Amino acid sequence: MSQPRIGVVTFPGSLDDGDALRAVSTMGGEGVALWHADHELRDVDAVILPGGFSYGDYLRCGAIAARAPIMAEVAGFASRGGPVLGICNGFQILCEAGLLPGALIRNRSLRFVCDDVWLRIETAQTCVTNGLTPGETIEIPVKHGEGQWVATADQLERVEGEGLVVFRYSARDGRLEDAYNPNGATNHVAGIRNDAGNVVGLMPHPEHAVDPDVGPTGGQSLFASLLATALAEVGA
Amino acid sequence: MNEPLHRQLGLRDDEHERIVATLGRQPNRAELAMYAVMWSEHCSYKSSKIHLQTLPTEGPAVLVGPGQDAGAVDIGDGDAVVFKMESHSHPSAIEPYQGAATGVGGIVRDIISMGARPVALLDPLMFGPLTEPRNRWLFEGVVAGIGGYGNCIGVPTVGGEIRFAEAHSSNPCVNVMCVGLAKADELVTAQSLTPHVGSLMVLYGAATGRDGIGGVSVLASATLDEGAEASRPSVQIGDPFAEKLLIEASLELIRGGLLEGLQDLGGAGITCALSESAARAGMGAEVDLDAVPLRAADMEPFEILTSESQERMLAIVHPDQLGDVRALCARWGLQTAVIATLVDGGILTIRRGGEIVAEVPARSLADDGPTYDRPRAEPARADAADPALTPFDGDLSDALLTVLAAPGIASKRWVWRQYDRVVQGNTVAGPESDGAVIRVPGTLKGVVVSSDGKGRFGRLDPYLGAAHAVAEAARNVAVTGARPLAITNCLNFGNPERPEVMWQFAESIRGMRDACEGLGTPVTGGNVSFYNESGDSAIDPTPVIGMLGALPDYRLRVQSSFPQAGLAIYLCGETAAELGGSEFAEAVLGETGGMPPALDLARERALIDLLVAAAEEAVLASAHDCGDGGLAVALAECAIGGGHGFAITLPTDLPAHIALFSESAARAIVSVAPVDEGRFRALASTHGVPVARIGETGGPRTVIDGAIDLTVTALTDVWELAIPRLLGEAV
Repeated sequence: MSQPRIGVVTFPGSLDDGDALRAVSTMGGEGVALWHADHELRDVDAVILPGGFSYGDYLRCGAIAARAPIMAEVAGFASRGGPVLGICNGFQILCEAGLLPGALIRNRSLRFVCDDVWLRIETAQTCVTNGLTPGETIEIPVKHGEGQWVATADQLERVEGEGLVVFRYSARDGRLEDAYNPNGATNHVAGIRNDAGNVVGLMPHPEHAVDPDVGPTGGQSLFASLLATALAEVGA
Repeated sequence: MNEPLHRQLGLRDDEHERIVATLGRQPNRAELAMYAVMWSEHCSYKSSKIHLQTLPTEGPAVLVGPGQDAGAVDIGDGDAVVFKMESHSHPSAIEPYQGAATGVGGIVRDIISMGARPVALLDPLMFGPLTEPRNRWLFEGVVAGIGGYGNCIGVPTVGGEIRFAEAHSSNPCVNVMCVGLAKADELVTAQSLTPHVGSLMVLYGAATGRDGIGGVSVLASATLDEGAEASRPSVQIGDPFAEKLLIEASLELIRGGLLEGLQDLGGAGITCALSESAARAGMGAEVDLDAVPLRAADMEPFEILTSESQERMLAIVHPDQLGDVRALCARWGLQTAVIATLVDGGILTIRRGGEIVAEVPARSLADDGPTYDRPRAEPARADAADPALTPFDGDLSDALLTVLAAPGIASKRWVWRQYDRVVQGNTVAGPESDGAVIRVPGTLKGVVVSSDGKGRFGRLDPYLGAAHAVAEAARNVAVTGARPLAITNCLNFGNPERPEVMWQFAESIRGMRDACEGLGTPVTGGNVSFYNESGDSAIDPTPVIGMLGALPDYRLRVQSSFPQAGLAIYLCGETAAELGGSEFAEAVLGETGGMPPALDLARERALIDLLVAAAEEAVLASAHDCGDGGLAVALAECAIGGGHGFAITLPTDLPAHIALFSESAARAIVSVAPVDEGRFRALASTHGVPVARIGETGGPRTVIDGAIDLTVTALTDVWELAIPRLLGEAV
């Protein structure tokens, strides 16, 4: 049986690209390094846009990376149904590229926050949650200065109305309270999907939550789902 | 201003005469500026050198000792750990965000220039009391600057410490330590690479601007007095994005075998990099300042030569490899400029617009600066009263809560929550641990680091203050189960031109030397930060020690706090009536006199051996240094971190407040599963460490027989919220 090939794009200023590649291989996939200036995706079965500060987050977070050469390929891949996961800066890039609704602005505290948080799964209809059950919670670290998800009233109505919220910051038992929302995100939103569910972005870092020796393990189930989805692509 | 130019630049009259003698003529403005920065206290170590030379620097694990950009230690299997600490206190006192940020940038480039990948940062910080608004501004700005830079370059910030004292109100201390990993045979040292005559000096990274001119001489080598705000232009501005690109490009250049030398540009800018690189190669250089990419075209030669613009590196490249070097840098979006060619003869000949603007021997700048044996005088002891003799009949539960809320003891979560501690995916234990544990990728090995300074002890006795800092740093590494191997340091002192300060410095060096010899942890390098004083207020003598240790298997690391109920609690070591310089004496008794605790290095070493042996045999459930705040605070921290209470009986005949809050050295609190107690006692006996079984873990309360009865929740509340409360962010 073949291994799914998961591409991880390195932009100038990407920081968690190596961590995403390692998480892929820890979970049984083959990590494939992709370069921002290239025009090819090297036949990968899924794409991860990793965390970091692409282009220093100058201008706006993700704004310059969203216009990098490889993003045209990523957009095409997504439109054909290919699984795409944006983590932290990758989520910001997906929003800036118009592949996901809303925007990420500075944390309500105006400070960077690095902490382990609990996420409540809102839908299993995505490439990274299809192995999970809505309502269950997972523990994953966040680390960002600009992670407060916001949207226009119309966008918010559509996102909530059509069930596009994938993760919400919550207590371990799934309760939603301000105390568990690390950045003040609207409706506690930690991550969302596109209509088809093949494009997902989230602020927390599942790639830092697969190895119990260095952190929580809430990312394992997300990577397992992503790899299974990608493997189905191989078979398709 | 009618002062002669050399004095304006910070040079003494006799230093000026020495330059005239070296050149055989009067130096011009550019040359004078070059000597001023290179012979500054910050760059030349002119007041400290004769003392630093007495430190032990050799040991079986030391690969690279003092004199390079950073020290390096062998951790086996061809793996090397590179580490170094520096200060960026003066810039931070004037512009806290950028001062701290560029401090991170500078120390990271020191690690890169050794050919190592930076894998961890630690930040020892010292501020004035947070009750003062200006101190809160400095504190919040420094923390934001460290995070703003460190988080953006993908190097986790895993530790450090924060202390508070009035003298730091006008002199905050910002020290930054970086740890890197490399293969020992890939280290870039003067010995490992050989530059050739005709090789090129390639400046890559950011352009050179007018920021940071005279930073080392104007800012770092003089006291900050009234009007220090005017030196704000001497503070550099950081661009962490460029630094991240520099890290990746530099490591690829080294791994690709494309370099004959590498040096970072920090203090003294191009002048320092050119003169040190050329002097190390035993050569001179033909330098063309027209080739330097500038932010302002009309910069004067002396400005280009002494600018401390950040995020620049200087590589020595064979002409045949220039094309590859340029292509590699371009791939990372970095500009390159060939600014010089190495030549025989040892002279730096510097041109602008075809005209020679400076012509000086490289060695005279880099190696032949003045050294001073400055006068020393022991100051009068202000307050000899021993706080252990002060009667105390207060409530001990209240006393514990008061000490836990002291900002030096209280949780620093507010700070480290703003630091990325997990990037690179190798942080086994971060700031919540006595020693941070970073695993070495591709192996089971762990690198353990801690940074410690004991300014309160140093004020009472600088010899003991320095020795205690070494001992505590070693203990913080050893409680994780790691063997302490070597240190780096940052020596924070007042004005060395005052004999009292110079005496404190010499005593501190003597204490550090004895402790490093006694514990077998040689000094691999460090940094001296003088002139931390303004008016008549100098900081306490505070050598900060960065201790490095290694674990053969990171999975054997021992955590700091109680992991579960039902464990036996042992106090290792003995407690004496030692409250001088303690948190209790200051926070509860309001006394700051007396003498620091005694220090017996043989006992310290025995305790370290016991902790390492017990960790190897996996008989420890937890181990925590018993230091600041004494036994009571150590126990409270074990309970808070693990969420498990305890019940203990005090093991000594000392008065309860002394038994609880004495800061006697060579002690640790360990918890042991009942099944392992026999083995633990046997090991303790083998190593000659007295241990006392003082109680057991478990339950929601922390009970110290007849003295203290508080819930874990109450302790946690006070400890966690003390700093947010001081900042007005919690009630």
